[in-house]
Amino acid sequence: MTEKNTPLWEVFIRSRTGMAHRHCGSVHAADEEMALQAARDVYTRRGEGVSIWVVPSAAIVASDPSEKEEMFEPTASKIYRHPTFYEIPEEVGNM
Amino acid sequence: MTASDTIAATDLKGDLFAYALRLADDAAILGQRLGEWCGHAPTLEEDIGLANIALDHIGQARALYTHAAEIEGKGRNEDQLCFLRKEREFGNCLLVEQPNGDFAQTILRQLFFSAFMLPFWRKLMASQDATLAAIAAKAEKEATYHVRHSAEWTIRLGDGTVESHARAQEAVDILWPYTGELFEADDLVSRLVAAGIAVDPESLREEWRATLRQVFDEATLTLPPEGWFQTGGRSGLHSEGFGHLLTEMQYMQRAYPGMRW
Repeated sequence: MTEKNTPLWEVFIRSRTGMAHRHCGSVHAADEEMALQAARDVYTRRGEGVSIWVVPSAAIVASDPSEKEEMFEPTASKIYRHPTFYEIPEEVGNM
Repeated sequence: MTASDTIAATDLKGDLFAYALRLADDAAILGQRLGEWCGHAPTLEEDIGLANIALDHIGQARALYTHAAEIEGKGRNEDQLCFLRKEREFGNCLLVEQPNGDFAQTILRQLFFSAFMLPFWRKLMASQDATLAAIAAKAEKEATYHVRHSAEWTIRLGDGTVESHARAQEAVDILWPYTGELFEADDLVSRLVAAGIAVDPESLREEWRATLRQVFDEATLTLPPEGWFQTGGRSGLHSEGFGHLLTEMQYMQRAYPGMRW
Protein backbone atom coordinates (compact mmCIF):
# COMPACT_ATOMS: atom_id res chain seq x y z
CA MET A 1 0.00 0.00 0.00
CA THR A 2 1.45 3.32 -0.99
CA GLU A 3 0.92 6.80 0.40
CA LYS A 4 -0.51 7.72 -2.97
CA ASN A 5 -3.30 5.14 -2.90
CA THR A 6 -3.89 5.16 0.83
CA PRO A 7 -2.91 8.49 2.34
CA LEU A 8 -2.53 9.08 6.05
CA TRP A 9 -5.42 10.28 8.23
CA GLU A 10 -5.25 11.62 11.78
CA VAL A 11 -7.74 10.08 14.18
CA PHE A 12 -9.51 11.91 16.99
CA ILE A 13 -11.72 10.07 19.47
CA ARG A 14 -14.23 11.47 21.93
CA SER A 15 -14.41 9.13 24.86
CA ARG A 16 -17.54 10.47 26.54
CA THR A 17 -20.28 12.90 25.73
CA GLY A 18 -19.21 16.39 26.76
CA MET A 19 -15.49 15.69 26.47
CA ALA A 20 -13.32 17.00 23.64
CA HIS A 21 -12.10 14.81 20.78
CA ARG A 22 -8.50 13.83 21.44
CA HIS A 23 -5.86 12.88 18.95
CA CYS A 24 -5.05 9.20 19.36
CA GLY A 25 -3.10 8.18 16.27
CA SER A 26 -3.34 7.76 12.53
CA VAL A 27 -4.47 5.26 9.89
CA HIS A 28 -3.87 4.70 6.20
CA ALA A 29 -7.02 4.62 4.06
CA ALA A 30 -8.11 5.26 0.49
CA ASP A 31 -10.92 7.68 1.35
CA GLU A 32 -12.87 9.18 4.24
CA GLU A 33 -15.35 6.32 4.74
CA MET A 34 -12.55 3.74 4.82
CA ALA A 35 -10.56 6.00 7.14
CA LEU A 36 -13.51 6.18 9.52
CA GLN A 37 -13.90 2.39 9.51
CA ALA A 38 -10.16 1.84 9.97
CA ALA A 39 -10.16 4.29 12.89
CA ARG A 40 -13.12 2.47 14.44
CA ASP A 41 -11.40 -0.90 13.98
CA VAL A 42 -8.00 0.18 15.27
CA TYR A 43 -8.77 2.70 18.01
CA THR A 44 -12.14 1.84 19.60
CA ARG A 45 -11.75 -1.88 20.34
CA ARG A 46 -11.96 -1.46 24.09
CA GLY A 47 -14.96 0.82 24.29
CA GLU A 48 -12.85 3.98 24.07
CA GLY A 49 -15.14 6.02 21.90
CA VAL A 50 -18.56 7.52 21.30
CA SER A 51 -17.45 9.65 18.35
CA ILE A 52 -14.63 9.64 15.80
CA TRP A 53 -13.14 12.37 13.63
CA VAL A 54 -10.73 11.59 10.82
CA VAL A 55 -8.79 14.37 9.13
CA PRO A 56 -6.39 14.07 6.18
CA SER A 57 -2.92 14.42 7.68
CA ALA A 58 -2.02 16.63 4.73
CA ALA A 59 -4.65 19.14 5.88
CA ILE A 60 -2.83 19.78 9.14
CA VAL A 61 -0.63 22.85 9.23
CA ALA A 62 2.20 22.25 11.67
CA SER A 63 4.70 24.55 13.37
CA ASP A 64 8.30 24.18 12.32
CA PRO A 65 10.49 22.45 14.97
CA SER A 66 13.38 24.75 14.04
CA GLU A 67 11.28 27.73 15.18
CA LYS A 68 10.91 26.27 18.65
CA GLU A 69 12.87 29.06 20.33
CA GLU A 70 10.85 31.97 19.00
CA MET A 71 7.57 30.09 19.27
CA PHE A 72 7.73 28.57 22.73
CA GLU A 73 10.65 29.74 24.81
CA PRO A 74 9.27 33.17 25.72
CA THR A 75 6.50 31.50 27.70
CA ALA A 76 8.86 29.47 29.87
CA SER A 77 9.51 32.38 32.25
CA LYS A 78 5.86 33.34 32.75
CA ILE A 79 4.76 30.96 35.44
CA TYR A 80 2.10 33.44 36.58
CA ARG A 81 0.06 32.34 33.57
CA HIS A 82 -0.49 28.90 35.12
CA PRO A 83 -3.79 28.79 36.99
CA THR A 84 -2.19 26.99 39.91
CA PHE A 85 -3.15 29.73 42.35
CA TYR A 86 -6.84 28.86 42.21
CA GLU A 87 -8.78 26.19 44.02
CA ILE A 88 -11.18 24.55 41.58
CA PRO A 89 -14.38 23.36 43.26
CA GLU A 90 -15.03 19.68 42.72
CA GLU A 91 -18.47 20.34 41.15
CA VAL A 92 -16.83 22.13 38.22
CA GLY A 93 -15.45 18.84 36.96
CA ASN A 94 -13.29 18.65 33.88
CA MET A 95 -11.92 21.92 32.54
CA MET B 1 -49.39 -32.37 30.17
CA THR B 2 -50.48 -35.32 28.08
CA ALA B 3 -48.13 -37.99 26.80
CA SER B 4 -48.15 -36.56 23.27
CA ASP B 5 -47.27 -33.07 24.57
CA THR B 6 -44.28 -34.53 26.36
CA ILE B 7 -43.12 -36.22 23.17
CA ALA B 8 -43.59 -33.00 21.19
CA ALA B 9 -41.60 -31.01 23.74
CA THR B 10 -38.83 -33.60 23.73
CA ASP B 11 -38.68 -33.59 19.93
CA LEU B 12 -38.50 -29.83 19.85
CA LYS B 13 -35.70 -29.91 22.41
CA GLY B 14 -33.64 -32.04 20.07
CA ASP B 15 -34.48 -29.72 17.17
CA LEU B 16 -33.59 -26.64 19.18
CA PHE B 17 -30.27 -28.17 20.23
CA ALA B 18 -29.40 -28.95 16.61
CA TYR B 19 -30.54 -25.51 15.44
CA ALA B 20 -28.48 -23.63 18.04
CA LEU B 21 -25.55 -25.85 17.16
CA ARG B 22 -25.80 -25.03 13.43
CA LEU B 23 -25.85 -21.30 14.17
CA ALA B 24 -22.93 -21.74 16.56
CA ASP B 25 -20.98 -23.71 13.95
CA ASP B 26 -21.59 -21.03 11.30
CA ALA B 27 -20.21 -18.38 13.63
CA ALA B 28 -17.30 -20.45 14.97
CA ILE B 29 -16.07 -21.59 11.56
CA LEU B 30 -16.26 -18.15 9.97
CA GLY B 31 -14.52 -16.73 13.05
CA GLN B 32 -11.77 -19.32 12.64
CA ARG B 33 -11.35 -18.55 8.93
CA LEU B 34 -11.17 -14.79 9.56
CA GLY B 35 -8.73 -15.40 12.40
CA GLU B 36 -6.35 -16.97 9.88
CA TRP B 37 -5.76 -13.46 8.54
CA CYS B 38 -4.38 -12.27 11.87
CA GLY B 39 -0.84 -11.11 11.19
CA HIS B 40 -1.25 -11.68 7.43
CA ALA B 41 -3.76 -9.09 6.22
CA PRO B 42 -2.66 -6.61 3.54
CA THR B 43 -2.54 -3.66 5.95
CA LEU B 44 -2.35 -3.17 9.71
CA GLU B 45 -5.78 -1.51 9.68
CA GLU B 46 -7.40 -4.45 7.91
CA ASP B 47 -5.53 -6.97 10.03
CA ILE B 48 -7.25 -5.53 13.08
CA GLY B 49 -10.52 -4.99 11.22
CA LEU B 50 -10.79 -8.65 10.19
CA ALA B 51 -9.74 -9.82 13.66
CA ASN B 52 -12.51 -7.66 15.13
CA ILE B 53 -15.08 -9.36 12.92
CA ALA B 54 -13.60 -12.76 13.79
CA LEU B 55 -14.00 -11.99 17.49
CA ASP B 56 -17.61 -10.89 16.98
CA HIS B 57 -18.33 -14.28 15.41
CA ILE B 58 -16.45 -16.18 18.11
CA GLY B 59 -18.44 -14.30 20.75
CA GLN B 60 -21.68 -15.30 19.01
CA ALA B 61 -20.46 -18.89 18.78
CA ARG B 62 -19.68 -19.02 22.49
CA ALA B 63 -23.14 -17.81 23.46
CA LEU B 64 -24.80 -20.24 21.03
CA TYR B 65 -22.69 -23.25 22.06
CA THR B 66 -23.38 -22.51 25.72
CA HIS B 67 -27.11 -22.31 24.97
CA ALA B 68 -26.97 -25.55 22.96
CA ALA B 69 -25.13 -27.28 25.80
CA GLU B 70 -27.78 -26.18 28.29
CA ILE B 71 -30.59 -27.42 26.04
CA GLU B 72 -28.84 -30.75 25.61
CA GLY B 73 -28.37 -31.08 29.36
CA LYS B 74 -25.71 -33.75 29.19
CA GLY B 75 -23.01 -31.79 30.96
CA ARG B 76 -21.11 -30.78 27.82
CA ASN B 77 -19.82 -27.22 27.64
CA GLU B 78 -19.01 -24.75 24.83
CA ASP B 79 -15.44 -26.04 24.46
CA GLN B 80 -16.52 -29.65 24.09
CA LEU B 81 -19.11 -28.75 21.47
CA CYS B 82 -16.70 -26.62 19.44
CA PHE B 83 -13.46 -28.50 19.86
CA LEU B 84 -14.34 -32.16 20.40
CA ARG B 85 -16.88 -32.88 17.68
CA LYS B 86 -15.84 -34.48 14.41
CA GLU B 87 -16.15 -33.18 10.87
CA ARG B 88 -19.43 -34.97 10.09
CA GLU B 89 -21.00 -33.60 13.28
CA PHE B 90 -20.58 -29.98 12.21
CA GLY B 91 -23.71 -28.40 10.72
CA ASN B 92 -22.29 -25.11 9.43
CA CYS B 93 -23.09 -24.03 5.89
CA LEU B 94 -20.39 -24.54 3.27
CA LEU B 95 -20.02 -20.81 2.59
CA VAL B 96 -18.37 -20.01 5.94
CA GLU B 97 -15.76 -22.77 5.65
CA GLN B 98 -14.55 -21.70 2.19
CA PRO B 99 -10.84 -20.84 2.22
CA ASN B 100 -9.86 -17.21 2.63
CA GLY B 101 -8.43 -17.08 -0.89
CA ASP B 102 -7.31 -13.56 -1.69
CA PHE B 103 -8.62 -10.49 0.12
CA ALA B 104 -11.52 -10.15 -2.35
CA GLN B 105 -12.70 -13.70 -1.61
CA THR B 106 -12.63 -13.05 2.13
CA ILE B 107 -14.60 -9.82 1.70
CA LEU B 108 -17.19 -11.34 -0.66
CA ARG B 109 -17.67 -14.36 1.61
CA GLN B 110 -18.36 -11.92 4.44
CA LEU B 111 -20.77 -9.84 2.37
CA PHE B 112 -22.75 -12.88 1.19
CA PHE B 113 -22.99 -14.20 4.74
CA SER B 114 -23.55 -10.96 6.66
CA ALA B 115 -26.13 -9.65 4.18
CA PHE B 116 -28.08 -12.80 5.05
CA MET B 117 -27.39 -12.77 8.79
CA LEU B 118 -28.41 -9.16 9.39
CA PRO B 119 -32.10 -9.68 8.51
CA PHE B 120 -31.83 -13.16 10.04
CA TRP B 121 -30.84 -11.80 13.47
CA ARG B 122 -33.49 -9.09 13.22
CA LYS B 123 -36.18 -11.73 12.79
CA LEU B 124 -34.70 -14.05 15.38
CA MET B 125 -35.02 -11.24 17.93
CA ALA B 126 -38.73 -12.19 17.99
CA SER B 127 -38.00 -15.88 18.66
CA GLN B 128 -40.09 -17.72 21.24
CA ASP B 129 -36.78 -18.92 22.64
CA ALA B 130 -35.75 -16.04 24.90
CA THR B 131 -32.03 -16.89 24.85
CA LEU B 132 -31.89 -17.05 21.05
CA ALA B 133 -33.74 -13.72 20.93
CA ALA B 134 -31.20 -12.15 23.31
CA ILE B 135 -28.23 -13.50 21.36
CA ALA B 136 -29.82 -12.17 18.16
CA ALA B 137 -30.23 -8.69 19.65
CA LYS B 138 -26.51 -8.50 20.37
CA ALA B 139 -25.44 -10.07 17.08
CA GLU B 140 -27.66 -7.75 15.04
CA LYS B 141 -25.50 -4.74 15.89
CA GLU B 142 -22.36 -6.64 15.00
CA ALA B 143 -23.82 -7.85 11.70
CA THR B 144 -24.78 -4.29 10.79
CA TYR B 145 -21.12 -3.31 10.92
CA HIS B 146 -20.03 -6.49 9.12
CA VAL B 147 -22.33 -5.62 6.20
CA ARG B 148 -21.04 -2.06 6.16
CA HIS B 149 -17.39 -3.12 6.27
CA SER B 150 -17.67 -5.79 3.57
CA ALA B 151 -19.97 -3.69 1.36
CA GLU B 152 -17.64 -0.68 1.37
CA TRP B 153 -14.69 -2.92 0.51
CA THR B 154 -16.65 -4.69 -2.22
CA ILE B 155 -17.51 -1.35 -3.80
CA ARG B 156 -13.88 -0.24 -3.77
CA LEU B 157 -12.53 -3.53 -5.07
CA GLY B 158 -15.18 -3.86 -7.78
CA ASP B 159 -15.00 -0.24 -8.86
CA GLY B 160 -11.25 0.02 -8.28
CA THR B 161 -8.52 -1.02 -10.68
CA VAL B 162 -8.78 -3.50 -13.58
CA GLU B 163 -7.11 -6.12 -11.41
CA SER B 164 -9.18 -5.53 -8.26
CA HIS B 165 -12.37 -5.64 -10.36
CA ALA B 166 -11.33 -8.93 -11.97
CA ARG B 167 -10.46 -10.46 -8.61
CA ALA B 168 -13.69 -9.29 -6.99
CA GLN B 169 -15.78 -10.69 -9.84
CA GLU B 170 -13.83 -13.95 -9.65
CA ALA B 171 -14.54 -14.12 -5.92
CA VAL B 172 -18.26 -13.62 -6.61
CA ASP B 173 -18.24 -16.42 -9.17
CA ILE B 174 -16.29 -18.81 -6.91
CA LEU B 175 -18.50 -18.25 -3.88
CA TRP B 176 -21.90 -17.90 -5.53
CA PRO B 177 -22.66 -21.67 -5.65
CA TYR B 178 -22.32 -21.76 -1.85
CA THR B 179 -24.97 -19.10 -1.21
CA GLY B 180 -28.00 -21.26 -2.04
CA GLU B 181 -27.52 -23.29 1.13
CA LEU B 182 -28.24 -20.22 3.26
CA PHE B 183 -31.89 -20.51 2.21
CA GLU B 184 -32.32 -24.24 2.77
CA ALA B 185 -34.89 -25.28 5.35
CA ASP B 186 -35.09 -28.97 6.26
CA ASP B 187 -37.85 -30.51 8.41
CA LEU B 188 -36.04 -29.51 11.56
CA VAL B 189 -36.07 -25.83 10.61
CA SER B 190 -39.69 -26.05 9.41
CA ARG B 191 -40.82 -27.50 12.76
CA LEU B 192 -39.02 -24.73 14.66
CA VAL B 193 -40.41 -22.06 12.32
CA ALA B 194 -43.92 -23.40 13.00
CA ALA B 195 -43.20 -23.16 16.74
CA GLY B 196 -42.11 -19.52 16.37
CA ILE B 197 -38.55 -20.34 17.42
CA ALA B 198 -36.60 -20.30 14.15
CA VAL B 199 -36.49 -17.93 11.17
CA ASP B 200 -37.76 -19.11 7.79
CA PRO B 201 -34.70 -18.42 5.61
CA GLU B 202 -36.84 -18.12 2.47
CA SER B 203 -38.41 -14.97 4.00
CA LEU B 204 -34.99 -13.27 3.87
CA ARG B 205 -34.25 -13.85 0.21
CA GLU B 206 -35.67 -10.59 -1.15
CA GLU B 207 -33.83 -8.42 1.35
CA TRP B 208 -30.59 -10.36 0.79
CA ARG B 209 -30.82 -9.92 -2.97
CA ALA B 210 -31.72 -6.23 -2.62
CA THR B 211 -28.67 -5.61 -0.43
CA LEU B 212 -26.41 -7.41 -2.88
CA ARG B 213 -27.94 -5.70 -5.91
CA GLN B 214 -27.37 -2.27 -4.40
CA VAL B 215 -23.74 -3.03 -3.49
CA PHE B 216 -22.97 -4.78 -6.77
CA ASP B 217 -24.43 -1.92 -8.84
CA GLU B 218 -22.10 0.51 -7.13
CA ALA B 219 -19.22 -1.97 -7.36
CA THR B 220 -19.89 -2.59 -11.09
CA LEU B 221 -19.98 -6.32 -10.32
CA THR B 222 -22.33 -8.85 -11.88
CA LEU B 223 -24.64 -10.94 -9.73
CA PRO B 224 -24.67 -14.45 -11.24
CA PRO B 225 -27.94 -16.09 -12.28
CA GLU B 226 -29.51 -18.43 -9.72
CA GLY B 227 -28.02 -21.58 -11.31
CA TRP B 228 -26.91 -24.68 -9.45
CA PHE B 229 -26.01 -24.60 -5.77
CA GLN B 230 -23.77 -26.68 -3.55
CA THR B 231 -25.34 -28.34 -0.53
CA GLY B 232 -24.41 -30.69 2.32
CA GLY B 233 -22.99 -28.60 5.14
CA ARG B 234 -26.13 -28.78 7.31
CA SER B 235 -26.02 -32.57 7.21
CA GLY B 236 -22.29 -32.75 7.93
CA LEU B 237 -20.97 -33.15 4.39
CA HIS B 238 -18.21 -30.58 4.16
CA SER B 239 -15.67 -29.41 1.61
CA GLU B 240 -12.15 -30.69 1.26
CA GLY B 241 -10.41 -28.09 3.39
CA PHE B 242 -12.75 -28.49 6.36
CA GLY B 243 -10.79 -31.27 8.06
CA HIS B 244 -7.67 -29.13 7.94
CA LEU B 245 -9.57 -26.21 9.46
CA LEU B 246 -10.80 -28.40 12.34
CA THR B 247 -7.33 -29.86 12.87
CA GLU B 248 -5.95 -26.41 13.49
CA MET B 249 -8.96 -25.12 15.46
CA GLN B 250 -9.26 -28.18 17.70
CA TYR B 251 -5.58 -28.93 18.29
CA MET B 252 -5.30 -27.43 21.77
CA GLN B 253 -8.36 -29.13 23.28
CA ARG B 254 -7.43 -32.45 21.72
CA ALA B 255 -3.77 -32.27 22.75
CA TYR B 256 -4.55 -30.94 26.23
CA PRO B 257 -8.11 -32.05 27.08
CA GLY B 258 -9.95 -29.64 29.37
CA MET B 259 -7.27 -26.99 28.97
CA ARG B 260 -8.21 -23.48 30.09
CA TRP B 261 -6.39 -20.18 30.31
